[in-house]
Amino acid sequence: MKDWRYWLAEQRGTLLAFGIFIVMFTIYTSNHPAGFTANVVQTASNKGVLLAFVAMAQTLVVITAGIDLSVGMIFLLTNCLASWLVIGTGIETALGVVAVLGTGLLCGAINGAIVIYGRLQPIVTTIATGAVYFGIALLLRPFPGGSVNEDLADALTGRLFGVVPASLVALLAVVLVVWVPFSRSVLGRAAYAAGSSEMAAYMSGVPIRRGKFAAYALAGLLAAIGGLFLTFFTYTGEAAYASGNAYTLFSIAAVVLGGVSLFGGKGSAIGAIFGALAFRTIGDLLFVFDFDPLWQPLFQGVILLIAVSLGAFALFRVRNRLEWFL
Amino acid sequence: MSETTVGGIAGRMPKFIRRADPAVLTAFACIVLLLFVGSLYSRSFLSPEYLLQQLKVASFLGIIATGMMLVILLGQIDLSVPWSVAAGAMMACAAAAYGPVGVALAIPFGIFCGVAIGIVNGVGVAYLRIPSMIITLATNAVAQGLMVVYTGGFSPQDSATRAMRYLATGFAIPGVPNAVVIWALIGAAMVFVLTRTGFGRTVYGIGNRERAAYLSGIDTRRVVLIAFAVSGGLSAFGGVLLAGYASKAAQSMGDAYLLPSIAAVVLGGTSILGGRGSYLGTVAGVILITLLQSILSVMQMPEAGRQIIYGVVIVAMLLLYGRAPASR
Repeated sequence: MKDWRYWLAEQRGTLLAFGIFIVMFTIYTSNHPAGFTANVVQTASNKGVLLAFVAMAQTLVVITAGIDLSVGMIFLLTNCLASWLVIGTGIETALGVVAVLGTGLLCGAINGAIVIYGRLQPIVTTIATGAVYFGIALLLRPFPGGSVNEDLADALTGRLFGVVPASLVALLAVVLVVWVPFSRSVLGRAAYAAGSSEMAAYMSGVPIRRGKFAAYALAGLLAAIGGLFLTFFTYTGEAAYASGNAYTLFSIAAVVLGGVSLFGGKGSAIGAIFGALAFRTIGDLLFVFDFDPLWQPLFQGVILLIAVSLGAFALFRVRNRLEWFL
Repeated sequence: MSETTVGGIAGRMPKFIRRADPAVLTAFACIVLLLFVGSLYSRSFLSPEYLLQQLKVASFLGIIATGMMLVILLGQIDLSVPWSVAAGAMMACAAAAYGPVGVALAIPFGIFCGVAIGIVNGVGVAYLRIPSMIITLATNAVAQGLMVVYTGGFSPQDSATRAMRYLATGFAIPGVPNAVVIWALIGAAMVFVLTRTGFGRTVYGIGNRERAAYLSGIDTRRVVLIAFAVSGGLSAFGGVLLAGYASKAAQSMGDAYLLPSIAAVVLGGTSILGGRGSYLGTVAGVILITLLQSILSVMQMPEAGRQIIYGVVIVAMLLLYGRAPASR
């Protein structure tokens, strides 16, 4: 087989997610009353980027065959923290951003430490740590409020050269700075290997523990970047339980749509980003077709249900029935 | 099961201590510790009325945790509890608005809605082989969507029927709340099913190794489907009782039961990987969680502190005895 075929097989999920997104976005903009203008794209990208960051975070953990049900809560916690710290002069704001990102990294590292070195199951661990993170968020912001450095916020949510949404550029920068180096490093390979077959990776001397730990910690960092952007969009911090849960849920949906295997070892954060953008666009389709917004939760739930059921098609390829049971 | 011969001091201990699961013993020890701490804080903590009241509050969680335990024993998880509870409560109250027939069918209809959610979960997990964590999250979202559309985004105005209120708050036996009696009945049925029937043995078998259970000629997919349906039904029944307790249903009434029900099962020594665990442990876990909640609210801890303590306690207790074996 030629090289490009291997590449195609590896990127199939990502390309499919990209295709779904393009189709959905075309439908969206062609039915939008304002049409395909810079404003529409800016609003859509600002909404989509939030989920994209959280979905990237989820991808890192899912690749190791784990799951992080606390991403939404880290997202809320960093949002509440940013509404206190990212304010004031340039230096203060910069320190605030560093503190917020550091907090996210720490939250992810705690998850990773408990799962890897404490040897607890990721589901239970992250549900429990999620409760802790939500509690801290509630301590920071019992009521919605706070403020943010508005110059920075406007710069990162506005448009570059009047055309390109700045949030998309930020997303691209994060991909280049966090995802690309990680996925090409030894640790990134180890995370993939651990997700694909932990036993085989262990036997081959792959540093699975460090790889998984790095994945969990970076997931916290990416969720924190998402939380920071939420603060930039809303100018406030709010510890809303339902919103944190929704982001966790949607991140899983985005990951699945983006072709990342929930059994680990397969997929990329790029796919998850397109999955997230596609999921957001699908959710917003209701608005351009003038449906009652009450239907949106049901609509998104059904999309999620369909997206996760698509994985069942793999069952048709199973030759030996014993392969049903992993 | 550790029924191998134990020599030395342990060999001379009474049989029931030798056979007891260390996790269950730890959970009961923690209950005693919590009662002790509580009695230091307030004299009335050990009064029979207060303890009975706690048992009544615990019974709602206990019923929901029973279903959760069945699913966890299979090595799966049911994250659709929040909206199964809410759907059961809302649909039971909604049925009550349709005349005398509706009132009579309110409780069965609520449970039926939970069973329906459970069947969707079960089909997804057993036949489509979707990871349970994912499909149950998805059905939870769909159930939420349906309820939001149905109620228009507000808490429904229909109130609970008299039968629901009687089941949740009445006293059929003097001194013992009905909710506790119901929990005891459901618990006894669960113990019987798990230890005395083929279905129960199959559940443990699938939890240990589904492939082996399948090769032994068991229709494992049907068992998984039934377990999820039962879990959904019990969640909804818990919701029906809660609606009777509060005399109406509310939007997010189930949110407070997901983490506690998983925590109760896992703290009771049931392995989250499936195949291991006893109902006695779940009972201990439920009482432990309820007492912890009660002490925190007696101390007037705000919601934020409660969430933090909750998460920390669960992780700490699991680190004590819920760890997976090291890979060597």
